[in-house]
Amino acid sequence: MDRWISRLLFLAACSSTAVLAAIALFIFKEGVPIMARSGLGHFLFGTTWAPLDGQFGILPFIVGSLAVTAGALALGVPLGVACAFYLAEFAPRQWVGVLKPAIELLAGIPSVVYGFMGVMWLAPLIRNHLGGPGLSILAASCVLAIMILPTIVGVSVDSIQAISRRYKEGALALGATDWQALWRVQWPAARSGILAGVILGMGRAVGETMAVIMVSGNATQIPDSLLDSARTLTANIAIEMGYAVGAHRQALFATGVVLFFFIMILNTIALRVARRRF
Amino acid sequence: MRISPVVTERIAKTALMLSCAAALAALVFVIGFVLAGGFRNLSWAFLSQPILDMGREGGILPAIVGTLMMVFVAVGIAGPLGVASAIYLAEYTIEGRVTQTIRFGINCLAGVPSIIFGLFGFILFVVMLGFGWSILSGGLSLAAMILPTIIRTAEEALRSVPREYRDVAASLGASRWQVVTRSVLPYALPGILTGIILGIGRSIEETAVVIFTAGSAVQMPHSLFDSARTMSVHFYLLAREGISNEKAYATAAVLICTILVINTTAYVVMNRMMRGKRAS
Repeated sequence: MDRWISRLLFLAACSSTAVLAAIALFIFKEGVPIMARSGLGHFLFGTTWAPLDGQFGILPFIVGSLAVTAGALALGVPLGVACAFYLAEFAPRQWVGVLKPAIELLAGIPSVVYGFMGVMWLAPLIRNHLGGPGLSILAASCVLAIMILPTIVGVSVDSIQAISRRYKEGALALGATDWQALWRVQWPAARSGILAGVILGMGRAVGETMAVIMVSGNATQIPDSLLDSARTLTANIAIEMGYAVGAHRQALFATGVVLFFFIMILNTIALRVARRRF
Repeated sequence: MRISPVVTERIAKTALMLSCAAALAALVFVIGFVLAGGFRNLSWAFLSQPILDMGREGGILPAIVGTLMMVFVAVGIAGPLGVASAIYLAEYTIEGRVTQTIRFGINCLAGVPSIIFGLFGFILFVVMLGFGWSILSGGLSLAAMILPTIIRTAEEALRSVPREYRDVAASLGASRWQVVTRSVLPYALPGILTGIILGIGRSIEETAVVIFTAGSAVQMPHSLFDSARTMSVHFYLLAREGISNEKAYATAAVLICTILVINTTAYVVMNRMMRGKRAS
């Protein structure tokens, strides 16, 4: 009997990998034919998205995804790493008990609520003070920066705490201040762990859909500035999926294939980086 | 001029503290913004009435029921499967090539964006298996999405059980399965529960997966094969299509309160486990 249980448990354990394989299989099966038909180069680097004319170029969305992600990282990474160092090293104990769950709670707030905030509060603010349509790369970047904060802080705190206490004690014994110990000793030691967190956060930003649809404006042109409206890969799928049929729907699945590749590459890098130990 | 290390230290610490304060402020602001706009429009009638005129009138009862049913399906499937996976990984295997592949699969699945789960669920459950836009399709897709969360938390909980628990049970002649069910699982239960609660939270927050697999019917769902909307989907449609700002705020307030309750519960359960561990 024990052997049967063991086999059953093994099957259960394989379920995640099976789901991942099934996802890849189904999305590729739907998406790859149209990539092949219109040519991979045309699909990836075409600048015109006109599904009704059978023109499927997703370069504007690739640019859009990269732009909002870069913006989110530029704002979110310094903030997140700073939070992580404060939490791991300087915050009084009872504050950590409040701050840590609070930051984790940021991950619990539905992405549609962030999107709503972006529309009701952030976009008008940008429109009135900086110009442009308001619903823009900048707005999306700000919203995403908050959304990826918990990922970056969580992984960074873990990797800072994983460093042996002796590193810091050694530095302090040599007369370094707390900050010098942190900057010269702990930061270099935690860097690869923090990098893994940043890459995971990047995956979150690239993959986020609902909040981005609501605040990024969704224009299908390649954006010129931070204040321009842009559409991401995820938004493209979600906006048009409701009414797409035939080749159009296949092209949306093909967009999903590109997104899937992108995320898998990021995940693999993050796992590699995180495994490096000191 | 060289700034003295003591001054640098003070500046740096203040800057780090301010970053943390900024993150906290963002949280308080988001929650405050939603609750301030929402509580005015919140009432018992709002929670207990059907959705009328696409959400312009009435309440959100069908969305609440739809959410509950979908979460029930998702957790009903991902819960047992995830815990079984975790038991295998923590108790039944030694690290090797196979476990590495399994772990890689779990980690990658955790990173897959929700919209991809939506596409997958749409093509497999809605179209190929013929479930249509339904609570079943939505629940199954959500189950796939929350599986990694449940596995990871459960495995961590199982690994935190002291070795002696297993050794003592085994020395009394218990089989491996008896060791797991009688002495390891009870100890790890709070941790496992935390993972499941987090999975519930993730399911409630999710919009992209649900909208493509469960549709967005406004009627009260009667069976698992009915289309239904969750509170998140309802809120999204209200806000995005500009149907009604008051109702959107009120729905968001209900959502935020639910999430607050869920996260607090998860935190309390987790803390109780930690305290138990320290005591022993």
